[in-house]
Amino acid sequence: MDIPAGLRYTDDHEWLRLEGDEGVVGITAYAAGELGDVVFVELPAVGTQLEKAQSFGVIESVKTASDLYTPLAGEILAVNEQLADRPELVNDQPYGDGWMIRLRIGDPAQAEGLRDADSYRSLIETA
Amino acid sequence: MQPTALVELHRAAGARLVDFAGWEMPLQYGGILDEHRAVRARAGLFDLSHMGEIWVTGPDAAAGLAAALVSDPLRLATGRAHYSMICAADGGIIDDLIVYRLAEERFLVVPNAANREAVADVLRERLAGLDALLDDASLRTSLVAVQGPRAADLLAPLTDVDLGGLRYYAIAEGHAADQPALVARTGYTGEDGFEIFVEWAAALPVWQALTDAGVAHGLVPCGLGARDTLRLEAGMPLYGNELDRGTNPFEAGLGRVVKLDKPTDFVGRAALAEVAAAGPRRQLVGLTLTGRAVARHGHPVHRPQADKEIGIVTSGAPSPTLGVPIAMAYLEPADAEVGTMVEVSIRATRAEAEVVALPFYKRDRG
Repeated sequence: MDIPAGLRYTDDHEWLRLEGDEGVVGITAYAAGELGDVVFVELPAVGTQLEKAQSFGVIESVKTASDLYTPLAGEILAVNEQLADRPELVNDQPYGDGWMIRLRIGDPAQAEGLRDADSYRSLIETA
Repeated sequence: MQPTALVELHRAAGARLVDFAGWEMPLQYGGILDEHRAVRARAGLFDLSHMGEIWVTGPDAAAGLAAALVSDPLRLATGRAHYSMICAADGGIIDDLIVYRLAEERFLVVPNAANREAVADVLRERLAGLDALLDDASLRTSLVAVQGPRAADLLAPLTDVDLGGLRYYAIAEGHAADQPALVARTGYTGEDGFEIFVEWAAALPVWQALTDAGVAHGLVPCGLGARDTLRLEAGMPLYGNELDRGTNPFEAGLGRVVKLDKPTDFVGRAALAEVAAAGPRRQLVGLTLTGRAVARHGHPVHRPQADKEIGIVTSGAPSPTLGVPIAMAYLEPADAEVGTMVEVSIRATRAEAEVVALPFYKRDRG
């Protein structure tokens, strides 16, 4: 199972790539696999302010819909517009072109409290 | 969970296995969308061994089934099949099923996996005192289906049944992959295809032979996920969604299956005759959604900008063929006219939808 080393992870299967005081968020390969073929990702407006662990959107697959939760508090700087026409990017490249939102993070130090790759691996291995 | 004879093959093929009606069944292999598209374009292979196979035989088999079911098996020719339902006295549907006539006194009834035991019990009750035997052979029988435009070309070299002579809703006895088999031209996808009944363990050589022959045709194994999206596009009801104990056939648009005028009295006749005369109180319709959010089972339906619920979604999914979300819903007759605009409550928002005729998809029979 693909769990890139440099990212941080939540118990809801989102990943965060920290870039200074910005962060990029998506869902993990494990989550994408559990969902199945993604058909629609509902993303928020740029400028939206999010609290830590707040729901920022919904991801729909053929069989089900799931809420998406932000790992950290921040302001939405950008959303991945490619997902409107190509939701399958979430399945094909969950850590690459399947990214969902870019945030300006209020307090980057909070990322320390998120799981690292090894901790996330243990989480899904006991799932 | 009860595995089918093919569970290890499914695992080896990378299937995600789930509990369906107590059976360990493949939900998907490579992905529901790919599997769905493969069936529409080429062919898909399905393990349907969870379905029931109940034999009803004897001099009173036809008459007994005519009294037990809403259809008229007395008029079913040997080698033919028809879709039917078994109803309670109040007209509520206990199960939908297919009846195949193998001989004058030999019928195969195929109920849904979840209702198999209930159907066997009710049939036994209704056949009591008649010169007919019931044998639930489900746990000794496997069912493999191949569905899609390439299904006939793929299966023909593997069977001694003359597929060219096998009409839609016909069944023949013969062999498939050298195994004794019943080959039926029935299915739940809206495509041409075949359902192959064999002894439990014979599923393995049949599946393997079809898989090997299928390489040249682009055959893919398909799970229950694609089975559901395919039948939804084809406008076919699913027991538990569109049909249940509180629903009658007329509400589901299946009045043509109920033979009120057959000479045999049958369980539910009086109640169903009343519904037919008065008209059903709600109607099953198709919906196509304008946006991207997917309407699903249980989502309420409203008139645009109105609070009152006028119906409920029974099934919904993205349609791979149409490229939009589709759904089936029960609406009051006043709102059920094709072209009516409605709104579906999906999570916290309202999604616009249009009432359309079923089915959403019809195969090209040219």
